[in-house]
Order: sequence, then C-alpha cells, then structure tokens
Amino acid sequence: MNTTTSEHEAPDAEEATVPKEATVPEDGAREHSEHEHPSDWDYVKIALILAVITAVEVFTYFESVYDWGSLLIPSLLIMMVVKFWLVATWFMHLKFDNPIFSKMFVGGLLLAVGVYVAALAAFEFWA
Amino acid sequence: MTTETSAPVASDADTAAAALVAPGDSNDHGPTTGISNTKLAMWLFLGSECLLFGGLISTYLLYKTRRGPDNLAIPTDVFDIPFTSISSFVLLMSSLTMVLALAALTRGDNHGARVWLLATSMLGGVFIGGQVYEFTSFLREGVGFTNNPASSAFYALTGFHGVHVSLGIVMLMSLFVASWQGKLRQEHSETVEIVGLYWHFVDVVWIFIFTVIYLVPA
Amino acid sequence: MTITEPTTEGPKTEGPLELESGREALAERPLGVLTRPQGGRGWRDWLSTVDHKKIGIMYGVSAMVFFVVGGIEALLIRLQLAVPNGGVLSADVYNQVFTMHGVTMVFLFIMPLAAAFANYLIPLQIGARDVAFPRLNALSYWVWLSGAIFLNSSWIVGGGGADCGWFCYSPNSGVTFSPSHGVDFYAIGLLIAGIASLVSAINLIVTCLNMRAPGMDLFRMPVMTWMLLITQFLLLFALPVITVALFLLMFDRLFDASFFNPDAGADPLLWQHLFWIFGHPEVYIIILPAFGVVSEVIPTFSRKPIFGYTFMVFSGIAIGFMGWGVWAHHMFVSGIGPISVAAFSLSTMFIAVPTGVKVLNWLATMWGGQIRFTTAMLFAVGTVAMFTIGGLSGVTHALAPADTQQTDTYYIVAHFHYVIFGGGVLGLMGGLYYWWPKIFGYMLNERRGKINFWLMLIGFNLTFGPMHILGLQGMSRRIDTYSSGFGFEFWNMVATIGSFIIAVSVVVLFHNIWKSKREAADLPPPGPDPWDARSLEWMVPSPVPEHNFDEVPTVEGLDEWWHRKYSFDDDGRVVQIATAEEAAQDGSAKGVHLPAPSFWPLVLAVGLPLIGYGLIFNLWLCVPGGLLVGMGIFAWALEPVDDPDATHDHHDDDHGDDDDDHDDTASAPVAPGDDTASAPVAPGEQQGGE
Repeated sequence: MNTTTSEHEAPDAEEATVPKEATVPEDGAREHSEHEHPSDWDYVKIALILAVITAVEVFTYFESVYDWGSLLIPSLLIMMVVKFWLVATWFMHLKFDNPIFSKMFVGGLLLAVGVYVAALAAFEFWA
Repeated sequence: MTTETSAPVASDADTAAAALVAPGDSNDHGPTTGISNTKLAMWLFLGSECLLFGGLISTYLLYKTRRGPDNLAIPTDVFDIPFTSISSFVLLMSSLTMVLALAALTRGDNHGARVWLLATSMLGGVFIGGQVYEFTSFLREGVGFTNNPASSAFYALTGFHGVHVSLGIVMLMSLFVASWQGKLRQEHSETVEIVGLYWHFVDVVWIFIFTVIYLVPA
Repeated sequence: MTITEPTTEGPKTEGPLELESGREALAERPLGVLTRPQGGRGWRDWLSTVDHKKIGIMYGVSAMVFFVVGGIEALLIRLQLAVPNGGVLSADVYNQVFTMHGVTMVFLFIMPLAAAFANYLIPLQIGARDVAFPRLNALSYWVWLSGAIFLNSSWIVGGGGADCGWFCYSPNSGVTFSPSHGVDFYAIGLLIAGIASLVSAINLIVTCLNMRAPGMDLFRMPVMTWMLLITQFLLLFALPVITVALFLLMFDRLFDASFFNPDAGADPLLWQHLFWIFGHPEVYIIILPAFGVVSEVIPTFSRKPIFGYTFMVFSGIAIGFMGWGVWAHHMFVSGIGPISVAAFSLSTMFIAVPTGVKVLNWLATMWGGQIRFTTAMLFAVGTVAMFTIGGLSGVTHALAPADTQQTDTYYIVAHFHYVIFGGGVLGLMGGLYYWWPKIFGYMLNERRGKINFWLMLIGFNLTFGPMHILGLQGMSRRIDTYSSGFGFEFWNMVATIGSFIIAVSVVVLFHNIWKSKREAADLPPPGPDPWDARSLEWMVPSPVPEHNFDEVPTVEGLDEWWHRKYSFDDDGRVVQIATAEEAAQDGSAKGVHLPAPSFWPLVLAVGLPLIGYGLIFNLWLCVPGGLLVGMGIFAWALEPVDDPDATHDHHDDDHGDDDDDHDDTASAPVAPGDDTASAPVAPGEQQGGE
C-alpha cells in the first residue's frame, strides 16, 4: 500500500503527461484558468453585441420597418441561439472553463431539445 | 435521437485520469477532476433545469392558440412587445453586471463587487416589477390564469421563470449583505461565480422565452 | 476529507469524532436556535447525521417499511381478485389501493432501496470518505421521507389515497373523476420526493466524478458504481420532466388551470407524454441498480472477473441513453399516429440489444467459474432469469399490433412485474444478503436465506406467471372484480396463493434478520471480506468504521481489492498472496476529520410537507412551512461546515477540506430547483473558509 510520502515522491508517469496542470500551484486547481479570463471591457463588448442583437430582434416585430417574410422565424431563432451561446460561453465562462461543465450542461440542453421536439412533433406532424 | 446522458462522463475518463495527479495533491486527495464540487453540482443542476423549462415551454407551444370552449382571450392577444422588450433588455444587462461583480471580486475589489451585486439585483428587481405589471395588465385585459390552456401555460411558464429570478435576487441580496458585513472577500469568489451561473442561466432561459414565446408570431 | 493525522492527535482523543481534550464543545448557534450537534449517540445522532452510511441505512429501513405497506396493499388487491365478484374492497377503495400500491412500490420502496445502496456503496467503492455534499445527502433522505409520509397521509387526512392509477392519466386525475384529495397528495408528495431524488442525484454524480481515490479511473470503478452513476444521470434529467407534469396537475386541480382537462380545450395526451418521458427512464432507474448488484455478486461467487467489463459499462450507458427514445411505446393505443408508433416501435426493439449484452455477459461470467450458490448468488441468478422473461415479454409489446391487444390487460401487469419485481426487487434482495455483513457486521443465515429465496421465487412466479395467461384471455387491468364464467377463476386463485407465498418469504427475511442478529453473538465475526470479494468496500472492517478508510487506498486496476489478495504464478494460475485479514485495513485510524452533523436538513424537510398541506387545505399553512424552509436554508448556509474544533495543523488538510467547505455553497444548487430551497450561498462560505 502506498504511503503518503511515496505517493508524492514517486515520479508518476501520468504526471508527465499533464504538464500544464501539474505546474499550477495547489489552489490553482480550482481556478486554474484565471489568467485566461477576459477583461471587463471584453464583457462590455459582449453585452453590446447582445444589445444590438436584441434591438434587431425587437425591430422584427415592427413589420412596417422591414418585412422579413419567410425568413422571420429562422432569423429569430438564429439570433436567439447566438445570444444564448454568447451568454453561456462568455458570461458563464464555459469557453474558459473545464469542458466537463459544458458537457453536463449541453447534455441536458440537447436532451431537452431532442425529447421535447420529438414530443411536439408527435402532436403536430406525426399524428 | 436525443442526447446521450452518460457519455460525457465516460469521455471524461482521460481528463479525470490526468487530473488525478493534480499538483500538490495532499495525502488525502482533492477533487479527482481538479474542478470544484460545488460548481460541478451547479452545472448539473442547470442541465437538469433545461428539462424543466423545456417541459414548460413545450406545454406553452402546444397550447398557445387554444382558446378553450368559451373562446376567451389568450396571451398573444394582449402581448405588449415594446414593454417586454425593455424588461428583457434589463434582464440581459443584469448578466453583464453580474459578470462584472464576479470580475471585481476576483481581483479583490470588494467595493466594486458590492456595487455590481446591488446593481444586478436591482435590475432583476426591475424585471420582476415589469412582470408583475405585465401580469396585472393582462388580467385587466381579460387574460386570466384559468381562461384556457394557452393562458394557463403562459402564466405557468413565465411564473416559473419569475420565481427563479426572485430566488436569484434573494441569493444576490444575501451576497450583498455578506459583502456589506465584510464577509465576502476575494477567496469567496467561487460562491459569487456559482450564484452568477444560476443568474445567467435564468437569463438565457428568458432569451429563449422572449424569442419563442413573444417574438415568433403565432 | 482528511486522513489520519497522528501528529495532531490529542492524547485523550478517543475516536474519530471525539473532541480533543481541553477543547470547548462548540457553541455555534446559527440563528440562535440549535446548537451545532456533535457526533452524539442514540436517536439524536441519527437525526443529525451526515454520514453516508447511516443515511444509507435509514433509506434502507424506511424502504422496507414502505415495502410492507405496499405489500399489504398488494395482498388486498389479490384478496379482492381471488374469486369472482370479490367483496373485500369497494370499487372506489380498490382504485385507491392499486394506485397506492404502485406509487408506494416504485417511489417509496425500490427507488429508496436503490438509494440506500447508492449512498452506502458509492463512496466505499470509489475509495472516498463520504459523498461530496454530506449535508445535502441528509437533506435528500429527510425530504424523501417527508414526501413519503405526506403521500401516505392522504389515507388519513386526504379522504383516501390517489385513485388514478400510478401513472394517473387525465382525465381520471381531474377533480371531476377524482374528487377526493388523493391525487393532490400524489402530486405534491411526488414533487417533494422528487426534490430529494434530484438533490441526491447531483450529489452522487459529483461524488462519482470528483471523489474517487487516487488511481480510481472511471473505468476502474466497479460495475455497481457505474450502474448507480447512470441511474443518477437518468434521475437528474428525468425528474424535472415529472416535476413539470406534477406541477401542472397540481395547478389543474387546486387552482383551476386547464392543462390536462379535455373539456377545457386541453390535450390529455400532454400528460401522457410528460409522464412517460419521465416514466421510461424511471424503468431503468429501477432496474439498473439491480443490474449493478448482479454484476458484483456473480463475479464474486463465480470467482471470475466480470466478463467484458467495458461492454457492461457501455451497455449500461446505452440503456440509459436509449431509454430516452422509447417513451411513446407506452402510448401505442392513445392515438399518437402511425409514424410515431412505427418510430417508437423500432427504438423499443433496439433497446433490447444492450440488455441482451448484459445477460450474455453475466452468463459468460458464470461459465467455467467455481460457482458458490450462496443466497446472494441465487438471488442474482434468479434476477437474470426472471428479468429475461420480463424482457422477452417486453419485446412482444414493441410489436405495436400485438401491443394493441395486450395494452391494459393483465399481460402488461405480468410483464412489468417480471421486470420490476423479478429484475429490480430480486436483485436488490440479493444485494441485501451480499452486503449485509459489511453493513451490519453479521451474516444473514444462509439456510433461512435460501428458504427466503426459493419461497420468493416460487411465490413470484405463481403470482405473476398466470397473469400472462389472464391477460391474453382478456382480463382487464385495474378492474376491481370479474364475473365467473370467463375462465379467470383458476389463475386468479393461483396468483393470490402466490402473492401470499411472497408475503411469507418477506416474513422469513425479517425473521432471518432478527434471528441471525441473535445468533451472531455465538458466531465468529464475518471479518472484512466474508465472500472473498473484489471491490474496495471489502478492504475495510465490517461494519464499516465511521471514517471508512484508515488510509485512502491507491488504486491500480479494476477489481483492486481482489488483486491485493491474489496474483498469478508463472503458469498463470491464481495464487493467494495475502489473506483478507492481512490485506484489509483494521479501522484503527484516529483523529480522522469528518464533516460535522447538522439538524438543518431535517428542519428543512419538515417545512416542505407543511407547504403541501397548505396548498391543499389552507394557504396560511404555507407560511410556517415556508418560514421553516427559509430558516433551514439560511441557518444551513450560516452553519460552519466543519466542526471548528477539528484541528488543522497539517497544512495539506486544508485543501482536502475543500470538499466539505463547498457543502456550504451546495445549498445553492438545490435552491432554485425546488423553488423553496433557495439558498443564500454566500454567508456560509465566510466561516467555512480557510
């Protein structure tokens, strides 16, 4: 059975394969990507983009401004996805954080979309 | 057909193995994956919430034009898009203030963090105020909760979202008070981050609701 | 999460949880109400414990209590149907009894029994000292228990149990057809229990991912842990769906909304979709833990490693994944349309594949092994056999035209009892016999165990086997009685006799537990590893000491514990290199730092049913309920996570403690979910910090 000390001193083969993680100090394990975090100004820029997209979205409502025709719903959905993605990746830090988080969240998200779209389709189209 | 529930775990085997030898690991090991338990828990919870809101949104989408046997008014009859746009915008901007609060605390700016936390909860409060106004004006215009499937589904969905926002405000105000008492310092930034995740999630849900429920024409 | 600290151990420290001498007992009073409990003795200890093992035991005991409740309901059903024109129950009471039987067995017996194993075994099998969030774990148990009691309290205060069938289809669930409060209790009770399961799922997933011992890769985890992990993912994603459905049902019934009532223009199919999107993963939530048990028991008693470990794991994952794509096969006759029927029919046939992989792997594990037919092994083999029968009758439902004939007949009842009882219950019973010495420190008598097994197996087949025939003869499910002359008499009588044989077998089980405990005094203790088993929980003493491992083991491979006992000689033959006693830890570690107990999970759990009663009877009752919940959350967050008396001389420990510290903030994740348990994460961290 390995003792504490041998565990520390034994040159672990696996350790060599994780150079980056291994050089971060201990408390860095929790916030290892600290240095990659964007600045306040980056956040403001993201918010500005979000605001502009929202403005475009709202203008679709006023058909007198511009009639989007059959493009309306696809473009609304695309803008929604872009906004969703921007908030999730930047404000929720998924872009900078451990991919496990993305997997858990996207797992739930895709499952929700898949299951509910299938259920609604069963009502609307397949009946 | 649908996404895989367990695959993410499986494919994390390599990540996990790498993190096993997390640096400076003491005799008793820290988190195996090197990530915080609490943050992982919050993300799992948010993944779960996707199915909660998905169910409510689907219910509304299924019912949104159903006026019931008495042919009563449905929410789309009385939508006030300009008004909702403003409150949506307010909620969206609260995500900015939230992330600024976290950034401030992370670099040790306690005062800045406090200000941004307060700003976030106030923006959230404005959103909730807007929702209360919206509900009351809808009621005045004859769209009651029990009217028909469409209105029941609308109030259930937006009400659930409103409750989530309100709980978020409670959490933010708790953080604000803690900060006021000098108990929320740089080393607690993860707590703010986790509340922030919840807050941003509530925001992205509204991004979805705003488009799919309000903007997409019936 | 700290390991032994010999250097800091005070001379008078008596046990892992004792305070150091000279230190004052903690006087921390969050909100000035309750003192932070110390690791005491007796009932106070159980009420405030955060130890995953005690919580697991409490889950198990409560589950067995509800097993008896649900079993009595089952016997009432069988008494009613024993002879034509039975008069034991009125039609109304019969509806309530079969509904509550199903709900009790699914949500209050099998799920918590599986949760008992999950709580007890996951940390031990992955080499952890506890789950990731010990207090949330206690919360899960207490909230589940309060939901369970709430649900059953409808017999007394709600005007009877729910009477809409366990899946409670609309419009039967509406006020018109179910005017008593039974369905309200069903909706709110299951909502409360759902909060518990959701919290528990998050907790256990984090535990599996983040609390593994050094070297315990995901693909070195025992199959049991894997199956439990997949189960938790299914719970994580399935529970919110039923939560939506139950909320909408509650709104319909209590606040006059129109979600499911066709008279109000709603679509009753919505409930069916939501229920079965949850309900089908629920089937796997029930069965996968039993698969896990079987996958531990069969290798141990065949003295062979599990055949095709990776296949076992991936077939489990495949089941969990495909389980989301088959829900509408419960609705083939509800008019969902030919395309839906065809699609779900196909996906249902496919899901038989990973299940078949598992069955073949179990058989291959036994093939050529030195099989010891202990009670646990008998149960495991019985599970495989009975589940296979249930699985095969399931495939007959996948054929939509056949299903049209079978739906709502006793053929369906037979099928799902073969899956849930023959698979789930028999498997978990095997788990009880297998892990009993580990959990309680004494063996269950094998002779009585085998009597228990054979009675249960025979009784089970007598009860549910004939239901296949009855169903194909056309006997409807849920009818409260039948006239003579349809040819139902004989097989119904057989089924009733069988059900009483099952009841006798359960009595034998309880007798065995009691008698074996008394006899244990005269027998040698079972030792750490009575079965010559393979996974880590067997390397610690039986019963498991409070701190689990003296020293967290470093894992080098699958079946780590077995490889510490055995090696191979030059000819490839297995040779013993150490006895279990030599290789096992002796449980003697002192001063292991453990998370302190807490009363707040209990306080919080008491508040939720109050809110439930308030919603049903008088909204004012929600006020004290809400206050209790709110107080519980705030006090929880303010409560220092660690026993402040614990010493931290050893700097490394601080990092290890992180896991516990985060428990504080962990109230946050729960928070928004249940809408009552909002959590001010913040203040907790202040005191938990380093």
